[in-house]
Amino acid sequence: MPEKTRYGLLIDYEYCTGCYACQVACAQEYGWPAGMSGMKVIEVVQELPNDKAYLAYLPFPTELCTLCAGRTKKGLEPACVKHCMAACMKYGKVEELAQEMGKKPRMALWAPR
Amino acid sequence: MKEENLKIIRTTTWSAGPGCHGTCGVLAYVKDGKLVKVEGDPDHPWNQGRLCSRCLAMTQYVYHPNRLTHPLKRVGKRGEGKWQEISWDEAFDLIEQRMNKIREEFGPESVIFTMGTGRDIGAWICLLAYAYGSPNVMFPLSGIACYSPRIAAVETVQGDYCILDAAQWFPKRYDDPNYKIPECIIVWGYNIPASCPDNVFGHWIIDLMKKGTRIIAIDPRLSWFASRAEKWLSLRPGTDGALAMGFLNVIINEGLYDKDFVEKWTNAPHLVRSDTGQLLRESELVKGGSPANFVVWDTASKQPAVWDSQNVAYKQNDVKPAIEGEFRISLANGTTVTVKTVWAVFREEVNNYPVKRVSEISWVPEKDIIEAARLYAKSKPASIHWGVPIDMTPAITPTAQAITALWCITGNLDTPGGNVISRYAFDAVAYALPGAEGVIRLKSKEADKKRIGADRYGPLNKFIWRAQPDLALEQIFTEKPYPIKGMWIQACNPVAGIGLDPKRWAEAIKKLDFVVAVDLFMTPSTQLADVVLPAASFLEKDGVKSWWIPLQTINKAITVGECKPDVEINFELAKRFDPDLRWKNIYELFDEIVKPSGLTFKQLQEKGWAFPPQGHPSAPYHRFEKGLLRPDKKPGFQTPSGRIELYSSLREEWGLEPLPHYEEPPFTPVSQPELFKKYPLILSTGRRSPVYFHSEHRNIPWLRKIDPDPVVEIHPETARSLHIDDGEWVWVENWMGRCQLKAKVTPVVPRWMVMAAHGWWFPEKPGEEPSLFGVWESNINQLISMGAQGKDGLGAPIKNLLCKIYKVSEEEDNA
Repeated sequence: MPEKTRYGLLIDYEYCTGCYACQVACAQEYGWPAGMSGMKVIEVVQELPNDKAYLAYLPFPTELCTLCAGRTKKGLEPACVKHCMAACMKYGKVEELAQEMGKKPRMALWAPR
Repeated sequence: MKEENLKIIRTTTWSAGPGCHGTCGVLAYVKDGKLVKVEGDPDHPWNQGRLCSRCLAMTQYVYHPNRLTHPLKRVGKRGEGKWQEISWDEAFDLIEQRMNKIREEFGPESVIFTMGTGRDIGAWICLLAYAYGSPNVMFPLSGIACYSPRIAAVETVQGDYCILDAAQWFPKRYDDPNYKIPECIIVWGYNIPASCPDNVFGHWIIDLMKKGTRIIAIDPRLSWFASRAEKWLSLRPGTDGALAMGFLNVIINEGLYDKDFVEKWTNAPHLVRSDTGQLLRESELVKGGSPANFVVWDTASKQPAVWDSQNVAYKQNDVKPAIEGEFRISLANGTTVTVKTVWAVFREEVNNYPVKRVSEISWVPEKDIIEAARLYAKSKPASIHWGVPIDMTPAITPTAQAITALWCITGNLDTPGGNVISRYAFDAVAYALPGAEGVIRLKSKEADKKRIGADRYGPLNKFIWRAQPDLALEQIFTEKPYPIKGMWIQACNPVAGIGLDPKRWAEAIKKLDFVVAVDLFMTPSTQLADVVLPAASFLEKDGVKSWWIPLQTINKAITVGECKPDVEINFELAKRFDPDLRWKNIYELFDEIVKPSGLTFKQLQEKGWAFPPQGHPSAPYHRFEKGLLRPDKKPGFQTPSGRIELYSSLREEWGLEPLPHYEEPPFTPVSQPELFKKYPLILSTGRRSPVYFHSEHRNIPWLRKIDPDPVVEIHPETARSLHIDDGEWVWVENWMGRCQLKAKVTPVVPRWMVMAAHGWWFPEKPGEEPSLFGVWESNINQLISMGAQGKDGLGAPIKNLLCKIYKVSEEEDNA
């Protein structure tokens, strides 16, 4: 039996601005009440030497993330990916996304399901 | 989603809903007349399918249980929160009768028409105010300190406004062959990921960063951009003018400017009299000469030559004007005066700002100032994108003059990837905006004479057709020179959002005889009205958008309750106040607005959007060379001299300093050392949230959950010294008042500064007085005064104040 093809989300967090579009797009798509969403944006403020810091955001797929199975079946992007203001999220096969991940730093690959 | 009965309506965001200045393409999914979803329009050149959190929350917004859906009439005392539902006919009749009474007794100028930030309201509030006969359309922020001052200042220097070039003028955007990616962008006081909608789609800059653009971030806070910038300049708030002068100093003294541009396109060669410090005019040089013409020193003939402003050319042939130097000239009255070129006096002013001094003023290290100036000047092309902090100092105009000089003398004006002149698409302008006269106008210039502040402030007669809000607030109390009796408040929340010293605004509103508020929800401001009218969101109306490119329509997708679009409300009343109103219905008005495009409203609606073609004055590039900017089609600019005025003849005329310079804001550690002892932290306000637009959206559950409390950012070390923990409620206080905010302890702010969120009220708290939705608890504007506007009526200290911070005690916490 060949293993099931796994799909995931590639996040280029160098460019995630913390706009929360993904989080609300998911809530809208599935009608989640406030506080529930398949995406949760995390803020990371890392202090650096010489009074510098790096301000980063990272969209995290929660237990509610279905990778928008209904949408992707129709050839549409997941709601979060489609609306991402910074265009820093990509949906695809995990193997292909992993290839792409090698091209630049500050990337995260999620395989929530 | 079942496809049956599902309609997808393509439209454009503008105002109510996301709240912003919009222009994003949206697909509204409507089933059985009900909005089920919104998505970004993937074909739209502005946002390419992307959409922000506020727009994605539209289903919660339009069907919110607290949405106003019927006109309301006050039945209790002002602010008591007792309302009666009335029909639209009753509401229109009541308003007509009460406002006609005021007009008859006190004149039309006795009613002020006040709006929040621009958006799809300016045209329609002008339509109503002008039909009624009042010139007093107002944006009630002190010093009109949001964008208009910058636009006015830039137009003072160069005749047209300009913005960051992200290829927004072209359907193919970044792929247009005429476009160039900026090598460098100065992001000057702008937290674009969060404040994206304020004049461009902020994430375009992120698109450009991916294509190689390097960032210089100027921001006291470690913004998203600052943390990814090539250079981050953490300046003391309000010292932007000094920093800009420092940049000019480096760029000019290191010879990094575009000499050809300066000589050919600016008034650098025009002569300034050393005795009066004013521009030498032809009328002083020869009898019968024009005071509108200027004088240069011709190095070829070794005598003065005349610059003919009307012809945008020298009167003599083959003039080789001196750019530098001092000369002696005999005047028509027989006297002799010493004169210098504009470039010489401009350089003298710039040389008052050596980098060491600029560093002392701005707290930015010398090395960073020098390196940033060089990076900007050497990058070709380079662009500057600025934010509202520039407006939020009384010396806005000289600050903006300095920054304008930067893109001009480096040759980045109206070049691909530089700062590109931004005109309304096809020059289709609905109403009088800075620098433009629109379709909707006051009936006579005479009627405009009573506009508040028009007699005092030059820019208010040249660029900004609004009442000056600091004077207007005072006039409500003094009733001088004439009484104010009524107020029409539309898309505006002066008590919770835009009003500084908001208790005084509440007091002012309560003093008036008749107040109408038009909004989508009850707010602290609508609570003080006599009549409240329910407005429509962008999904519930047809409309036009021409600010700036492309020209678009807003297309109605749904209806909610009895809500009416602002344009329809105002049109109905405009007809009642002015029986001669020249449009029969709103569609005739829309047709006239979009007419310059050659399309009717209906045709434009079918098309979706329209871009002006190459060669049109509203399409880039290099328009000043091609004669596309001036009505007479001559190369040059729409300034008094037809040139970029590094030395401003308009400012000279207004009795103000013609050259860019720095002025210390009024409430800083430097200008108020005594107050600083008592209030030892710099207070900056207006921390942007990506899920809110100013005072809006606190009632939208998806959004509120993301950013639930009014926060003040405080550095970990400062917090520790004050025994404040992250998440604790604190008082932020100064000589004006205090408010409670929640401490967000973060190294994002410098140790010496705190950054407070603005626009906070609590829709979940009681609406009636004294609570007014809890607006007095956390409204940071209670710490900011009105009346500190700049010398030209523009700009106000909003981001450069002082405060102290201390923990809210347990007793207070439980109260």
